[in-house]
Formats: sequence, structure tokens, C-alpha cells
Amino acid sequence: MNNSTTIAKIPTSTRRSPTREALRHLWKHSSGKAGIFILTFLILVAIFAPLIAPYDPTQLLKDQKRRDTPCIHLLGCPKEEQQHIFGIDGNSRDLFSRVIFGSRLSLQVGLATMTFAILIGTLIGAIAAYAGGVVDNILMRIMDVLMAFPSLLLAIAIVSVLGTGLINALLAIGIVSIPRFARLVRSTVLSVKELEYVQASRALGASPMHILFKRILPNAITPLIVQGTLGIATAILDAAALSFLGLGAEPPRPEWGLMLGEEKNSIFSAPHLVIFPGIAIMLTVLGFNLLGDGLRDSLDPRLTHGGKQ
Amino acid sequence: MPQFIGRRFLLLIPVLLGVILVTFMIVRLIPGDPCVAMLGERATPQRCEAFLERYGLNDNLFVQFGRYITNLAAGDFGDSIKFTRPVTDLLSERLPMTLELTMLAMLFSTVVGVGLGVISALKRNTIIDTITMIIANIGVSMPVFWLGLLLAYVFALLLKDTVFVLPPSARFTAGVALQNLDVYWGLTNLTGFKKFIVDLMSNTVLVNVLITGDWKIFGDSLKHLILPAVAVGTIPMSIIARMTRSSLLEVVGLDYIRTARAKGLAENKVISKHAFRNALIPIVTIIGIEAGSLLSGAVLTETVFNLPGMGTAMVGAILARDYPVIQGFTIVIALIFVLVNLMVDISYAYLDPRIRVD
Repeated sequence: MNNSTTIAKIPTSTRRSPTREALRHLWKHSSGKAGIFILTFLILVAIFAPLIAPYDPTQLLKDQKRRDTPCIHLLGCPKEEQQHIFGIDGNSRDLFSRVIFGSRLSLQVGLATMTFAILIGTLIGAIAAYAGGVVDNILMRIMDVLMAFPSLLLAIAIVSVLGTGLINALLAIGIVSIPRFARLVRSTVLSVKELEYVQASRALGASPMHILFKRILPNAITPLIVQGTLGIATAILDAAALSFLGLGAEPPRPEWGLMLGEEKNSIFSAPHLVIFPGIAIMLTVLGFNLLGDGLRDSLDPRLTHGGKQ
Repeated sequence: MPQFIGRRFLLLIPVLLGVILVTFMIVRLIPGDPCVAMLGERATPQRCEAFLERYGLNDNLFVQFGRYITNLAAGDFGDSIKFTRPVTDLLSERLPMTLELTMLAMLFSTVVGVGLGVISALKRNTIIDTITMIIANIGVSMPVFWLGLLLAYVFALLLKDTVFVLPPSARFTAGVALQNLDVYWGLTNLTGFKKFIVDLMSNTVLVNVLITGDWKIFGDSLKHLILPAVAVGTIPMSIIARMTRSSLLEVVGLDYIRTARAKGLAENKVISKHAFRNALIPIVTIIGIEAGSLLSGAVLTETVFNLPGMGTAMVGAILARDYPVIQGFTIVIALIFVLVNLMVDISYAYLDPRIRVD
């Protein structure tokens, strides 16, 4: 938020690499730091899920009552009962184990869709800006059309073509995220492609590919990281939404949105089945949002005062 | 100004054509036989032949697209396969609900969002600012449908015996229904566009109530809409609050504000007359961008609160592979979104005269 002052304070005599400098800023940024903590926690949970989760996420516990309330020994639940700290879900599975394993899926969903969108978006944006003329016009009008739909609704429409299922849902979310990155990369390429250092490179006989990938695109990395991080948050929300509607992940996969969708009608009788997966989604999205905000402020000071991005 | 608006309208044409092309392609891109995809188990060779003939799927793509556009221009969105009724009939039933929800959510998110943002900016770096921004950060990270379920739990169950109790589902209390305006006006045998408009008006609570004067229904409907609207509006509210804060803070630091203060203007005048108007442009942009999030949110929230809107119809249509409904509803939603963004563009020009000459 107040990076203009922090930047002014950096002593010019000590030289650090830009990456280290950015990380230092990120660490000083309160929401950036909070984001790092939340995400580190989630990544650890995802990696060690089999060790943390007491049960298999799809295992049916026949001796347990369906939709049973949480039983936590520390909070006075009788020792002779089995401990289920988030309770039992509608198919008599341990909800805690399912939520824990869900972290793997959500992180994969976020990373996979954004990697896809960034790669394709970068390619489209770079081609449009570098080729210019008709190619640019056609590609950008296609992007305009994609942006004329509210993104989740376009994703829903794409799923209706591809068919329901997790992979198709991810593909749909990836596709609707492309225009954002294409526009970003295009504007970066346009702004630097006529600069002198690029012309110098061209005069030295560098190939167009070399110029594009080695001289021009590195300029786009910073905004791509910021937008990508914020995009992961949106992608996780959208994927959860599609699964909630029954258009994404299929049972018995431990997907948080699907868990909410399956139990939405038990909100009055067994609210714990709705509360815990929801908190998990919120925490993950919050982590990426905070990290994205922190990265934006620490990587690209110009953006913090522009507002429009 | 009229010239500016005219130019923006012209720019809409290619985008709208693109939108129509995308929805047209939805059916043509389905992997496999479209007949089997749409008729499912009922697909027999004879039925398929009749089906392809009826929907004109045997012609080449250009002919099909031409016919598709001509039909759309005549207000013909095709027939729902599941309900065997025109898509426009479903639209006049479902659209008003979604629009009401979206508008109420927009009202909530704008009023509360701008309010919180201004308070936060004026009390910068105090505990109030911190709390407001924590609320905004959490608000932006909450899944709409989850918030809807939690609100339903709190207001329909936990607060059941208090004055704050609110209904967790449906558009009206059981037994309450809107009057049909064609009956009210004694019009019979309406067809085509007239029927569509009258149905649309009948199903829009505010319009219906203004005509029939039955304000009890309005109150009842509003009570049912509060929870969904808060759920839908929370993410945009949080984003608007953050944008208002940063935009106002930026403007307050400028020279002309110092001048306004130096000439002895009261602080509230400085903020309301000088700072706020300039801070409005990014805020209006964000409200426009968030229109998409409001529409998507409405679609999701309808399933949580069992509201008979476009969202529940869309999801039903996808699961039933009712493609004409998916196409028609997608076009209408995109059209609304594009028009909202047009209004945002026009309001920029009003707020910032420099844009008009650009």
C-alpha cells in the first residue's frame, strides 16, 4: 500500500538481485506475508495429506451414523467413540479426511488452469502484438467476444459443450481466463517492441523468436505473476462453483465445491457438512488473494497508484 | 455526447455478432452426433432424421448461421427440447427473477461498498480502516453459494424466533403469486412480441405491483430476496470498498484538494464535492466489471435459495442437454452484460469530459 515510501528508503549502495529485492518487499507487506503463511500451511497440508488424514477420503465407515456431528476427544466427546473432528458426511465418510485431501485437488486446479491460461494467453497476446495488422485485429476481437460473457457463465456454456466432469470444467475455466493474459501480454509487447534496445537486438541480426522470447517477453513476467496469482484464486472459486452445480468434479472425489453441493440441503440439519469445506475454500482463495495483492504492491509499484488493472 | 454514444453503439455490433457466433457454435461443437446428444436415449434413426430436418442441422454451416441470425432478429430463440415450449416463454418467466436479484445485489454492493470505502479512506490507518479492509479481503474470498447457505442457516434457523428471521428459499411465501397482467387487463390471445412483453412485465415484481397496486406481494418478495442479494453482493461489495478506498486516497493527495482546503472549504464539502467526483471513475469501472460477477453470482445463488431464475433453468438445461435453452439464455445474459458495460462507458464520459473527445 505505502510502497512508494518504502521504495524511497532503499539504500542505493547495497545492491541486491531484483528477485531478492521483491521478496524482501513482499515479506514486509502485511497481506503478502499473511498470504505466504496461509499458502505454506495449505501446501504442507496437501503434501502430507495421507499422514494428516485419519481415513481414506472415499472410505465408507459402515459403523458410523450418516451426517453425525463432530466428535472431538479434547472437547469432551466420550473416548469410546471414534474421533471425527469435522463429523461424518452424508455417505458416512470422515469429513476431515475429505477436506484435507481436497486441498490437493484445489491447489492442482488453480495451478493447472492458470498455467494453461497463461501459456495460451501469452502466445495469443505476443503473436497479436508482434504481427500487428489483421492478425492482431482478429485475435483481439475474439478476445473481446470472450470477455463479453460473464466468465463463470461462459465456463458453464463451455461445459455444456464438452460435457460435465472435472477435466472439462478445468478446461472451461482455463479458456475463459485466456483473454486477460492475452491483453496483458499484448500491451506489454506493444509498449516495448519499438524501444531502442529491441531495435539494437534486431540490428544485430537476432531472430524474431529470440527477440520476442528473450528481449520482449521478460518484461511481461511481473504483471503475469501478479495476475496469475489473483487468477488462481478466481479459478479455485469458479471450479468450486461448477462442482457445486454438479457440472464439475464427480462423486466420490473429495472436491470442496462438490462436498458443498452434495450437502447443501442438510444446512439446517447438519451445518458442519457445509461449514468446513466452505472455510477450506475461503482460506485457500484468501491466501492467493493476499499473496497476489502483496506481489502487486512489491513487484510493480506503478500499479498501486493506477487502480485500473 | 450523442456522437460518443452512437460510436459506442456501433462498436457493439461486432461483439454481439461474435456472441451470437459463439452461442451458435455451442451446438455445432458438441462431440459426436448432435441428435444423440440432444435426444439421448430417445434417439432412433427416424426420430433423428426428423430432428435434424426440424432444426435444419442438415444444411451447411453458413446457411444455418444465416437462419440462426434471422430467427434471432425476429425474436425466435427456438423451442426448448425438454419443455417443448418456445425459449422466449421460459425467458419471460425466468429473466425477471434474475434481474431483480442482480439489481438488488448491485444496490447493496454499491451502497455498502462505497460507504465502507469512504469510511476506510477517511479513517486511514485506524482500527476502523483495518477492520473494514479485513472484512473486504474475507468478503472477496468467500464462495457465493457458501455465503448463501450460511446466511440461510443464520437468518432462517438461528434467528427463527426474532424479528430478523428471513425465509431461506423460494421467491414468495407459498400461496402468494403474481397476477397475470394479460388477465388483469382483460387481454386474451396475445401472441409473439406483445405476449413476451406482457409476460415479462407480469413476472417483474416491481412493475407488476406498480400496475396492480398489490404492495403486499412486493414486501413478501423483498423479504425473500434480501438473503440472496446479500450473498450475491458481498464479493462485488468488497471489491468496490477496496477500490473506493484506494481511489479516494489517491485523489485526496492531489494539489487541487490542497487548494480547496487552503481556501477554507469545509472538510465534508472538500470530500463530497471535490474529491469524490474524481474518485468516481475507477469506482464506476469496477461496478461495471462486477456486473459480470453479479450475474454469475445470481446464477449460483438461485440454486441455493431455490429461486426460479435463469440460473436454475440453465443448470437444468445443461443436465438435460436442452441446447436451445442454453443458447438463448447465454445470449441474453451476454447482452445484459454488454449493455451494462456500455452504460458504464457512457457514465465515464459524463463523469470525465476528457473521454468524450478521445
